[in-house]
Amino acid sequence: MIDVLRRITHEPLGLIGLILVILIVISAILAGVVAPYDPVALNIVDRLQGPSINHLLGTDQLGRDLFSRVLYGGQVALKVALISIGAALSIGVLLGMVAGFGPRWLDNIIMLFFDTIRSFPTVMFALATVALVGPSLETVILVIIVTSIPNYGRVVRTQTLSIKSNEFIRAEHGMGASLFRILGIHVLPNVMGPLVILASMDIPTVIALEAGLSFLGMGVKPPTPSWGSILNDGYTLIRNTPWPIIAGSIPLVLITLGFTFLGESLRDLIDPKLRKSV
Amino acid sequence: MLFYVLKRVALSVVIVMLAVTLLYCMIHMVPGDPARILLGPRATPELIASMSARMGLDLPLPVQILRFFGNLFRGDLGMDVITNRPVADIVFGQLPYTLWLIFTAIVFAALIGIPLGCYSALHRNSLADRISGVLSVACITAPAFVVALYSLLVFAVTLHWFPAVGAGEKGAFWDQVSHLVLPAFAIGLSWIGYLARLVRASMLEVMGENHIRTARAYGLAERTVVYRYALKLAILPTVTVIGVGMGFLLSAALFTEIVFARPGIGKLIFDSITTRNYPVVMGSVLVSTALFVISTTLSDLINAWLDPRIRASL
Repeated sequence: MIDVLRRITHEPLGLIGLILVILIVISAILAGVVAPYDPVALNIVDRLQGPSINHLLGTDQLGRDLFSRVLYGGQVALKVALISIGAALSIGVLLGMVAGFGPRWLDNIIMLFFDTIRSFPTVMFALATVALVGPSLETVILVIIVTSIPNYGRVVRTQTLSIKSNEFIRAEHGMGASLFRILGIHVLPNVMGPLVILASMDIPTVIALEAGLSFLGMGVKPPTPSWGSILNDGYTLIRNTPWPIIAGSIPLVLITLGFTFLGESLRDLIDPKLRKSV
Repeated sequence: MLFYVLKRVALSVVIVMLAVTLLYCMIHMVPGDPARILLGPRATPELIASMSARMGLDLPLPVQILRFFGNLFRGDLGMDVITNRPVADIVFGQLPYTLWLIFTAIVFAALIGIPLGCYSALHRNSLADRISGVLSVACITAPAFVVALYSLLVFAVTLHWFPAVGAGEKGAFWDQVSHLVLPAFAIGLSWIGYLARLVRASMLEVMGENHIRTARAYGLAERTVVYRYALKLAILPTVTVIGVGMGFLLSAALFTEIVFARPGIGKLIFDSITTRNYPVVMGSVLVSTALFVISTTLSDLINAWLDPRIRASL
């Protein structure tokens, strides 16, 4: 672990990625301490201001401090990314191993399920679900979990299939090892490497999706700040002030860049073979 | 080969049908009557019942799904309950706008991305290669709606170089083109990055192969080797990537159409969802899902057709 960290920091892009990610994660966690204002406090007198000493990124149409809103928005983005990728990863691993190790018919059903989910363009699936269930952060998380499961499931299934036919698995099986032992001790560690890389490269996609849905008014409910809803405010105010768009996009672009640089140098370090397939 | 094509096409049809069924089931699993939600809290029970009947929601679920597929074979996607027009007319009226937008974006991205990738591969590890590599990643990670917002802010609102909303007057060619520039840029930017990286990687691979070495050994000019032999092969993977990327393109088009208030299938889906116009939601989601599945299937088939190794394994 420490070795990996040291090698990442030796590469300029990996180092930049790591710094960006750490910076934004810490500022989101410490938003309550660092933020100069309450992110939902109205101050109509100071509305639509440009950046100043008092308001580093200016204020929005209700006089709310954009810098504070951006910091708190980071909490929403990271929460969505962590919960949804964690859940999708666990379910994907489970289904993928079942598909790879189970009987042929079960494999076919699971693969058909994966293909069906992947046949919806993600945003359309998200919009349809939100229209039916109603906009909320939970809905966004649910949609991301469902649409990400096939990504992980497929990788795990392929890896499981290739490991399954190995001599040592057959030997283990012949010695009477249980299925759980084979899957947990032999298959799981072998699929974890590619999965960690895949997940770290999925984080920017998920964060951008959450921001996109909140931008469309389909994510967090106002007045909760999210980078997407700040951008939405910016869109409606585009003829009055550029600052909400700038404020909302900076952290979004920085964190997607950060995670991508980090994910790519992780991938090159851990598994150069993946370079072509991802 | 024929068997493979048939199998692949049949699977695509099954997937689209499953997707529609899933959508139907979702509409039904949700608490609350769609007709009641559409009409608002002051609607009378009679009005709600008649609206339910018009949306076809009064029948049992399996009957509804069967009826939807039955109508589908006759090219009927149902009626829009608000404007009383056939959904098929509305969807196919909007579809060309989206297709043109996606097409322009891809052409724009290919014109910049492919030469960039080619140059990077030929000048491997040079400063320009490294810069283009970092820029490519930056392009790929920039979400389409953020790029759309910035291009709207900078080029339309501030500089007034291009119009901000709509798709231009019908029939006025240059007007339509000028309305296409910013949205196509917003969608295409990340594809410049994709294509540059892809072409670079496949170009490096191709340049190391035997037939290229042979061509060089014959004393052919470097230009001929690169452009006549290597690039031709290196471009192949982009065809399949664009096919598989249709989902991303459609999603990006949805955001861009909303930001630029442009007609198109993405905006249609968004608008019908916000007004809870279920027949239009079903029709437009079905058409865009079908578009996505068709393009992935096509790219699979093209891949199998182009690559003898895949063809042999069928």
